[in-house]
Amino acid sequence: MHFQLSWRNIWRNPKRTLIILTAVVIGAWTMLAFSALSRGFMASTLSTALNNLTGHIQIQAPQFRDDPSVENRVENPGSIAETLQNILPREARWTFRIQVGGAVSNARNTKGITIVGIDPEKEPGISFYGEQLSAGKLLKQGDKRGIIIGHALAKEFETKPGRKLVLMTQGADGETSSAAYKIRGIFRAELEATEKQFLFITLPAAQKLIGVGEAITNVCIKLPDTDTLDMTATDNIITSISAALPKNVAVLAWPDLLPLLKGYLDIFDSFMLLWYVVGFVAMAFGLVNTMIMAVLERTREFGLLKALGMKPVRIITNVLLECLILLVLGLFAGNLLGVATVTALSKGIDLSFLAQGSEFFGMGTLVIPFLEAKDILSVNTIILSLGLLVCLYPAVKAGRITPVDAMAGH
Amino acid sequence: MNIVEIKNVTKTYTQGKVKVHALAGVSVSIAKGEFAALAGPSGSGKTTLLNLMGGLDKPTQGSIVLDGQKISELSQSRLAQMRLDKIGFVFQAYNIIPVLSARENVEYVMLLQGVPANERKDRARSILDQVGLENLHDRRPAELSGGQQQRVAVARAIVSRPSIVLADEPTANLDSKTGQGLLEMMKEMNQIHGVTFIFSTHDQMVMEYAQRIVFLKDGLIVKDRFSNLIGSGASNTQHESGSVALQ
Repeated sequence: MHFQLSWRNIWRNPKRTLIILTAVVIGAWTMLAFSALSRGFMASTLSTALNNLTGHIQIQAPQFRDDPSVENRVENPGSIAETLQNILPREARWTFRIQVGGAVSNARNTKGITIVGIDPEKEPGISFYGEQLSAGKLLKQGDKRGIIIGHALAKEFETKPGRKLVLMTQGADGETSSAAYKIRGIFRAELEATEKQFLFITLPAAQKLIGVGEAITNVCIKLPDTDTLDMTATDNIITSISAALPKNVAVLAWPDLLPLLKGYLDIFDSFMLLWYVVGFVAMAFGLVNTMIMAVLERTREFGLLKALGMKPVRIITNVLLECLILLVLGLFAGNLLGVATVTALSKGIDLSFLAQGSEFFGMGTLVIPFLEAKDILSVNTIILSLGLLVCLYPAVKAGRITPVDAMAGH
Repeated sequence: MNIVEIKNVTKTYTQGKVKVHALAGVSVSIAKGEFAALAGPSGSGKTTLLNLMGGLDKPTQGSIVLDGQKISELSQSRLAQMRLDKIGFVFQAYNIIPVLSARENVEYVMLLQGVPANERKDRARSILDQVGLENLHDRRPAELSGGQQQRVAVARAIVSRPSIVLADEPTANLDSKTGQGLLEMMKEMNQIHGVTFIFSTHDQMVMEYAQRIVFLKDGLIVKDRFSNLIGSGASNTQHESGSVALQ
């Protein structure tokens, strides 16, 4: 009957109730939609970063992360290949690479770039290489003079497939080494910066260019269908690989390779929480104000209930029950609206019109908003718990009404 | 046996810098089963005395014993419990909860007492029938007349099986015919259930129904008289009470 009483009380003034409900619905909806969008941005940034030659795990010489030069290479990677075959899950993919800084030039231009020596058969699917070509074709196994360059670089260099480019880098002997390559294809990437930064030759061509024999600079591993942010599986694999490999190589997870991004991701949830609280504060003013009005309007009634023997704590819980009903109703509608919005945007938001801006944040051009269970839980918990907390003020006010004053109309 | 014993009670309100003595030293005892009226002009202290008897307010000085319990010293929480268990209230207006039906209003006080649902329903129906609201159990207050609303209030006051029912000018907002009907019903409830009724009034017609009338003026009891005949405008045989301490 307490529920019945509270339910009927909230519909005494439908207009006022609808105003509170609207505030809660909009609050919950915007919090959820914003969370989903932010998670989409974050996932896009992370996916772009991992796809940008980082992978989930890398094996490299211990000093290579700080000084990615040819001196810090891994000699005789054959034993690594054998270890990876034994330890990695069957669906995992891995490849050897040479990755060194250098310069590219043609008759018109010269530019600092990263030379990436790849295994043309294993690289596609591990990084963005092979995803999208705007012209020409991909490298073939054993191609010693072919090169794949980015669309933006080709534009800058005013070149195209079939034309030549000269690569220059520091060789293993410390001397400058250079060679000419013929453009086989032009790739497209999510970010223009990527198209200007990386160019690909075959691994044997790169080994020959820098004169390192069979050596490589790093191994890139991409794990299958893993929740990137859940590091448990990744850490287990790293432990197994590290135990099996000699101590002169480092096995690094993506957070070690992308510390800035990891830092951003770590504080992401705190940002979200802060946003929920800020959003709630705006909503709370309306909630408290309206509940106070509702309580003051019923001063005589609370006086009567107290005269009949209702204890202050029962009056407080009854007012809180009214708040709870309003919050639950508002949250139900707000959640529905939030989930519907995210579902409607499940094909992604095309941010290509913001290409420069999104590139600044390292995001791809397609952002797919999504919600995690913890987002829904956080939004509902915050609105419900803080909502009840702020309703405590009008509830206590109702509990303090004295029968004599109430009946006298004070 | 006395249900209420009031001794040397004073009540002073402070309004800004002015002190108002609503009761200036009152002593009175009410016996179980009485149908008594507190009479007097506005400002005489009737409502204040009624509020003190009901534990709605605390006296400035003096003691109040209700059904053997000294209520002037109880905490707010214990006063609330005592009101719930031992006192039924009927106010002049704003008596019933507007969002509940007549039956639910009557049931609500039993809910607070922890009476089981089935028993609540049965007792509520029975008492509403007794106060003449047979076919109006499910009506909301807005669908009832003023007199019917007061009957619901009386039903609610009695249904909790209190020791005493305190009614503050229960007929003040009713026309004389409806007020008379309410008083007759209250008197009937007093006789059927043996519940003590004390009500405040300044209406002569209401006083005529009272078995005993305690007159107040300027916060003091000035007269206390018993009558032999009750109601319907009959002339009463009255005598001064020897048992009341007049201040």
